[in-house]
Amino acid sequence: MQPEWMAPWLWTLILAVVKTIVVIAFVSLNAAVLIWLERKVSGHMQNRVGPLRVGGPAGILQSVADIIKLLAKEDFVPQRGDRWIWWLAPSVAFAPAFLVFWVLPFGPHLVVEDFNVGLIFITAVTSFTLLSIFMAGWGSNDKYSLIGAMRAGAQLFSYEIPMAMALVAVALATGTLNLTAIVEKQRHMWLIVPQILAFLVFYISSVAELNRTPFDLAEAESELVAGYHTEYSGIRWSMFFFAEYTNLLTSSALAAILFLGGWHGPWLPGWAWLLIKTYLLVFVGMWIRWTLPRVRIDQLMDLGWKFLLPVSLVNIAATGLYLVVVR
Amino acid sequence: MKGVGAVAEHPKLQGVYSPEEAAQAAREGTVEPLTINLGPQHPSTHGVLRVITTLDGETVLKADPDIGYLHRNWEKIVESWHYPQIVPFSDRNDYLSAIFNEWLVCRAVEEAMGIELTERAQVLRTVFAELNRLVSHQMWFGTYAMDIGAFTPFLYALRDREWAYDLFEKATGARQLYAYFRIGGLRNDVSDAWVQELRDYLDYFEREAYPAYMDLLYNNEIFRVRSEGVGVVPKEVAIAYGASGPMLRASGVRHDIRRVERYGVYDRCDFDIPVGKNGDNLDRATVRMKEMIESIKIIRQCLDMLPEGEVFSPKTPRVIKVPEGDWYVRVESPRGEIGLWLVSTGGLQPYRMKWRAPSFVNLQLLNYMTRGEKIADLIASLGTIDIILGEVDR
Repeated sequence: MQPEWMAPWLWTLILAVVKTIVVIAFVSLNAAVLIWLERKVSGHMQNRVGPLRVGGPAGILQSVADIIKLLAKEDFVPQRGDRWIWWLAPSVAFAPAFLVFWVLPFGPHLVVEDFNVGLIFITAVTSFTLLSIFMAGWGSNDKYSLIGAMRAGAQLFSYEIPMAMALVAVALATGTLNLTAIVEKQRHMWLIVPQILAFLVFYISSVAELNRTPFDLAEAESELVAGYHTEYSGIRWSMFFFAEYTNLLTSSALAAILFLGGWHGPWLPGWAWLLIKTYLLVFVGMWIRWTLPRVRIDQLMDLGWKFLLPVSLVNIAATGLYLVVVR
Repeated sequence: MKGVGAVAEHPKLQGVYSPEEAAQAAREGTVEPLTINLGPQHPSTHGVLRVITTLDGETVLKADPDIGYLHRNWEKIVESWHYPQIVPFSDRNDYLSAIFNEWLVCRAVEEAMGIELTERAQVLRTVFAELNRLVSHQMWFGTYAMDIGAFTPFLYALRDREWAYDLFEKATGARQLYAYFRIGGLRNDVSDAWVQELRDYLDYFEREAYPAYMDLLYNNEIFRVRSEGVGVVPKEVAIAYGASGPMLRASGVRHDIRRVERYGVYDRCDFDIPVGKNGDNLDRATVRMKEMIESIKIIRQCLDMLPEGEVFSPKTPRVIKVPEGDWYVRVESPRGEIGLWLVSTGGLQPYRMKWRAPSFVNLQLLNYMTRGEKIADLIASLGTIDIILGEVDR
């Protein structure tokens, strides 16, 4: 593909820029759709109709109106905050959400970067979310933000481990860390069938990692006002918002790829199947969010360390035993 | 005085820092207490309450409610008003269950002047009071759900409240602050069609809305673990603090003004007084959920016995003039015992009117309930006290 006259470094650069633009466009569009979807889903679950009047069929332009409103809002800066950290936090929040997309395969060849160690890359990158929440909580110089950030620290740390353990079981069962290869192995049977425990652990942990109800302790509205992003407003706040929805999408897509057979499915093209599965899981996430109350911090830790972690360890042991005995 | 001793010796307070201990620990560097202002502007302080909270990480060392942001100089204002003027004003005291304050003022004046109510007025007063209790408990259900982080039940509660408010509007002309009870009876009568719609509403609520509440929140596992064993108020402590209403009954004391005193037609109605056992948040929630059903039972019985006749006593004097003396009357509101001490020197205006607001008394328990628990439990416990700031500050 590379033209002969072009230097290799230039070609790599152009390719990288184009890929980045494509991924950012896809992610942003998806976040906008998800925000609208969340409004609609929550509305219909709560005897409301959700947005209708901002334009488009069923108020689909609500997200556009939201973005314009957020851009026009005052950019409030806490006076005594740690300014640099405070400024950087929203960008740091957005980066990992969007980096994960580089390794998600939408089809046999439809992937931005076909990493051999995709699984490890994902666990490494998603841990950065914690950093941004810490930065936001610390930089705001606000007690609510600080408590929210500390909660997020405890929470993300204790859910990262069961999640990683669930991924270990996946790697064991498929024998590869490459996401494309993992999907390829699910041609005849989705991984959710043998690895139902890993799926449950992964899904619960990912809901906890996303900071969504019932695990939205870091931004618990009833006690911490808005948690770590209390002091953010306007477009900075919306970066967190965007990051949250992108994370929702990536974790759902990841669950679909790892456990629900990725792009495999009859009739429709592969990417359509992946999107359908992803959006189905997104809907389940919204369903959970608008149904359940919030757990308390100690109950959250109990669930992570005393339940999910042992379950995922048992799952790894069982998978290993199966591999040794049967094969 | 047995109860007061029990407050200090209660095992819940053992092993938790006192503020002095916390300060000492801070000097030694083992604990760094964090003082945080919950309110007066905060998503879940139910109005303009400020709770000065001292935290050790997530653990509450001390919760000090600071009240007065909604103070309207209520009791002084009514001293310069005529008795019939006080009735609509009393609506604003507890704006989620306005009927009870109206009833209280009317009862006090009627008792002082010896006005006998007609039968229909008595029955209808009971109907309206119980409907208001139902509405108030629905609202409590919604706000408590919000306090523990579930947003959806709140909107279900609002949906069901809407029909009840429409009923109120049809009968009284207002949705929240009714000015419906008058000294000597009621402002106007209700139609048969209204009675039928009320029956429809009760059927709907009991068959459709209430089971939905139970499934959506009450039987939820997370709701259970968040409420069970949280904010425990033992029997003796509840009595010692003077708690009343669901707050007291959840601790296992079967005390209800509807049974203790004779007013309305409660003595002719067959209803249960639900009590709890442990006095935790779950018990308080259970008591309120059961009280909704009991209110429906009472309303149905009242509608069955609703006699024909006038709703305003013809013997009521044109000029309301209370003789010299003092009276204490009380009414069971959704939040507990509202008492009114009326002192009159004879004349058109009261000499003194002192309210005993149940929210005010119950709110005192907040510090006791939350000490040593997590900050999220503080909000939940505040939710089960079910305060109305209009009533706390007066």
